[in-house]
Amino acid sequence: MAMRGITKAYPGCLANDAIDLKLEAGQIHALLGENGAGKSTLVKILYGLLQADSGSIEWCGKPVTIGSPASARELGIALVFQHFSLFESLSVLENISLGMAVAANRRLEDKIIEVSSRYGLPLDPSRQVYTLSVGERQRIEIVRCLLQSPKLLIMDEPTSVLTPQEVSDLFVTLRRLAAEGVAILYISHKLNEIKALCSEATILRGGKRVASAIPDEQSTRSLAALMMGDEIEVPERESRTPSNKVMLQLDNVSLPATELHGVPLTDINLSLHAGEIVGIAGVAGNGQDELMQVISGEVRLLNEHALQIDGKPAGALSPGERRIQGLCTVPEERLGHASVPAMTLSDNVFLTAHNRTGLLTGGLINKTKTNRFAQKVIEQFNVQCNGRRSMASSLSGGNLQKFIVGREIEQQPSVFVVSQPTWGVDAGAAAAIRKSLQAMANAGTAVLVVSQDLDELMLISDRIAALCAGQLSSVYLTTDMTVQHLGLLMGGASISEEATA
Amino acid sequence: MNIDSTMLVMIALSVISAATPLIYAAIGELVVEKSGVLNLGIEGMMLAGAVSGFGVGHLSGSSFLGVLAGIIAGMLLAMLFAFLTLNLRTSQVATGLALTIFGIGLSALVGKSLIGIAYAGVPTYAVPFLSDLPVAGPLLFQHNLLVYGSVALVVLVSIFLKYTRAGLILRAVGDSPESAHALGYPVMAVRYIATLFGGACAGLAGCYLSMAYTPSWQEEMTAGRGWIALALVVFATWQPGRLIFGAYLFGGFTILQLHAQAMGINVPSQLMSMLPYIATIVVLVIISRDSGRIRKNAPASIGQAFHPTK
Amino acid sequence: MISLQARVEPSKLMGFAAPVIALALTVLAGLILFALLGVPLDKAFYSFFIEPLSSTYELSELGVKAAPLIMIAIALSIGYRANVWNIGAEGQFILGAICGGAVALFFYEIEAWYILPLMVLAGMLGGMLWAAIPALLRTQFNANEILTSLMLTYIAVLLLSLLVNGPLSDPDGYNHAESRMFHAAATLPIILEGTRLHIGAPVALLLVVVVWVLLSRTLLGFALKVNGIAPRAGLYAGFTQKRLIWFSFLFCGAVAGCAGLFEVAGPIGLLLPEISPGYGFTAIIVAFLGRLHPVGIVFAGLVVALSTLGGEAAQINLNLPLAVTGVFQGMLLFFLLATDVLINYRVVWRATGSRA
Repeated sequence: MAMRGITKAYPGCLANDAIDLKLEAGQIHALLGENGAGKSTLVKILYGLLQADSGSIEWCGKPVTIGSPASARELGIALVFQHFSLFESLSVLENISLGMAVAANRRLEDKIIEVSSRYGLPLDPSRQVYTLSVGERQRIEIVRCLLQSPKLLIMDEPTSVLTPQEVSDLFVTLRRLAAEGVAILYISHKLNEIKALCSEATILRGGKRVASAIPDEQSTRSLAALMMGDEIEVPERESRTPSNKVMLQLDNVSLPATELHGVPLTDINLSLHAGEIVGIAGVAGNGQDELMQVISGEVRLLNEHALQIDGKPAGALSPGERRIQGLCTVPEERLGHASVPAMTLSDNVFLTAHNRTGLLTGGLINKTKTNRFAQKVIEQFNVQCNGRRSMASSLSGGNLQKFIVGREIEQQPSVFVVSQPTWGVDAGAAAAIRKSLQAMANAGTAVLVVSQDLDELMLISDRIAALCAGQLSSVYLTTDMTVQHLGLLMGGASISEEATA
Repeated sequence: MNIDSTMLVMIALSVISAATPLIYAAIGELVVEKSGVLNLGIEGMMLAGAVSGFGVGHLSGSSFLGVLAGIIAGMLLAMLFAFLTLNLRTSQVATGLALTIFGIGLSALVGKSLIGIAYAGVPTYAVPFLSDLPVAGPLLFQHNLLVYGSVALVVLVSIFLKYTRAGLILRAVGDSPESAHALGYPVMAVRYIATLFGGACAGLAGCYLSMAYTPSWQEEMTAGRGWIALALVVFATWQPGRLIFGAYLFGGFTILQLHAQAMGINVPSQLMSMLPYIATIVVLVIISRDSGRIRKNAPASIGQAFHPTK
Repeated sequence: MISLQARVEPSKLMGFAAPVIALALTVLAGLILFALLGVPLDKAFYSFFIEPLSSTYELSELGVKAAPLIMIAIALSIGYRANVWNIGAEGQFILGAICGGAVALFFYEIEAWYILPLMVLAGMLGGMLWAAIPALLRTQFNANEILTSLMLTYIAVLLLSLLVNGPLSDPDGYNHAESRMFHAAATLPIILEGTRLHIGAPVALLLVVVVWVLLSRTLLGFALKVNGIAPRAGLYAGFTQKRLIWFSFLFCGAVAGCAGLFEVAGPIGLLLPEISPGYGFTAIIVAFLGRLHPVGIVFAGLVVALSTLGGEAAQINLNLPLAVTGVFQGMLLFFLLATDVLINYRVVWRATGSRA
């Protein structure tokens, strides 16, 4: 397959700028780039979901037009999306049938069982999807593709939801497929994986193809440099001596799962000290949301002593009351949770700051004070926007995150808990956010960071633990930790295993 | 209390008759909701169907043409609803309510000259042999075609949803329009068709009221049945089988209050008339508590506008 | 190929222009409809636009009809902003009339200053009670409030009929389904000589101001707005949805009940089986037409009241059924919903061939 000169523009953004890409049978080819580099757009064009403004595609030497996913499938192109297109109330069989435009009959059922077991991805066709875990759901997507005997398999950020063990299982499957002659386009920004798996790499940055490389001949540092462009300052690990004062304490916090595929929290124990940064690593879907909600107060605990802020029982307090006690949180979802998309930045400041910073006078909203606060956040944190009257939804991901984090930091909390602080944020903003977190800790705030980004956690946290299936591992000094050990903990290694690891 | 079998049969027939418009309206709304659309304008569509069916049937002398007109009237209003909510992405709640008020008004306007006219009614069809059976004969096999049609329609819809590919696609669209769109299925088209079907059924329900139930036309003759049909769909947890059961149950309540006096129950008629509404509330409360069951069958995307991202 | 593209920020221009365009389109469509039905257009125009505004009396009637609409609509708008869909305002209106009217009949022939205030209080409590039921069912059992509040409306109508035919009926009334006429101390004072205009009108305007302040300047108003747009953000901020549901329903119940009491203690003067020309439902339309904004609701209320008066005039002059007002109100809402789209979306011409 070859793509030549693919260009695609959107109002205000050139997603793909004359990109060339070539793939051979049996090759595992990496498509590398940061968030927003244009990988998704290129792949959507290849799969027929989008049409390029200009450029051409060749398949087995012949020029083709891929007008729809159906035509892509006809050619033998299969795509496993990063975000699954699954129907929760329907069965596995029905989902695969819909994904393949094939009747949901006995023959399909048998084929599913056969293919899924052959490639080490066991599936029960009759189960309804809402009962399955995230890893199992990905299996559905993969099996759906494999059933079409594809010649080109595109994997879009497949490992963002997998444990390290599941990742290596996936690699085994992919290598077997490549050996059978299938070409694999592997989209990712995880450099270690690409070095381990792929034989070739095409690197995108800012919509352009900036390089091709052979991962074996590169180090992760050089690949990162190709991907990022500029020399990024790799912040030195700061060392810090936290105080002995425990600002946030969780004692045996347990919570049954509230939703169908929620994760129950079991016996979470955590002591967060003033002036330290503790990181909690974990693959998404292992209880991070639930833990965040327990800490923020969106979910109350039956035993109010199980959670203490600065020594005082807080398990039954509302989010507003916790803010008054000094606890500020930032949830993972920016639009719709941490901020209201259709409201101005001023209003969004009022959203959480009204508790701690006296923005209410005599029962009425003090607009002057609120506007001043918003302006301060915008300036201090370099938020690119059309002023405090712009809608939250009009800000880019990175700027919105800077605003949200800034809003909480400006309230000068004594405990600060943030989830996925730099996910989907451009490198410059990410560095700024990390700097702010470190500055806070240096000033004496107790900081807790929940993140999927292991490199980030290893960099900024003083102590680190892993969350897996709602259980928290022991907390270790980061200097005593390795990524491999962390990966094991994230995969659910038990306490006894920890001892011997 | 003096009840004999003839009287029981009569009551049962009334129940079936009362339930039929509910069945039509509800099965149509069930399909619409399964595709993820919430249509609060059923009352308006029913009235449009009622007045059109009666009018055309009266003018042309043919019940068939009347029913056809009623169906088309329902579908026209449904098309308006679909255009606003699907193409222009207006609020489904607001649009549905506007449609109800509009339908009530428009049908009253159009039907002004039809008030007071008598109508022959839809012909009944007695199934040969079976209709001569004692008790079961008159009870089950001597109805007019619209009654048979309602049961047949429910069976067809049930088969359609469970066993056909198109039904599967419909359910998928209601479950997650984003996923369906990502897989290349025409979400808008599916919802459009479902909405039109719902309009046709509501029109049929209205037809039945004006042409068979009380062969006559009156302003607002649906008397809230459209809303009961909405409740019925939730009561049935979006399953056709349970829907028929619920319709007969609700129809039963309506009839009960008419015959209560004759059966020796001495309660003011208004209290009896309240029963269907109270029953609906009770049922709503009972099933709403069981969120698990709702999740299994409820179309997850209901009421939310779908914004396809390109 | 026309398609819709989301604007980065809502267009302020269209915010003002859309309702005007919608109104114009409605008038146009109405004229076309009348032309098709063979209704004389000049007479129609006169009935709808000239006659209702032609005298002081007519203008006061506008106030009489608009007051309850504006009162109820403004109360509804609070709930609707928070995605709490109270469709049962009609039932709450009726319960207010029942309870307040019952107090009036209880004090029959007694002259005292406290009767009217007591009636108003009873009316508000009655409406609140009726509104508390869907609120309870929603917060405790997660029952859809659209259906429960609606069912309760039909029950309220039947309840009124029951009472007026039974316990509350006029003993000297020859078995008519009506109560005694309220005596002087139980009747609302007229504020304009020679009209039926009562304190409902100023109360409605006062309520508009109160709600405006509530929505734009108080924490409660902020919470209502946030929960309507992004419930998760509301939870994160610490706003409890349950409390907002209760407030929305109880506030609306009190206001609707009060409006109901005003109607029977004012223009009607007694209890009848039919005391409302659908005020509770029409108020929903008014709320949407006013786009849930206090100022918009005042205008929308006046426009809708005008169409109601126009409908009555048309009934007399043109022999049209009263329900014709429903046609106009429905059309107006349709056009408004349609033109509203232009506020948040831009219409874009896209050449065919570049769509997936």
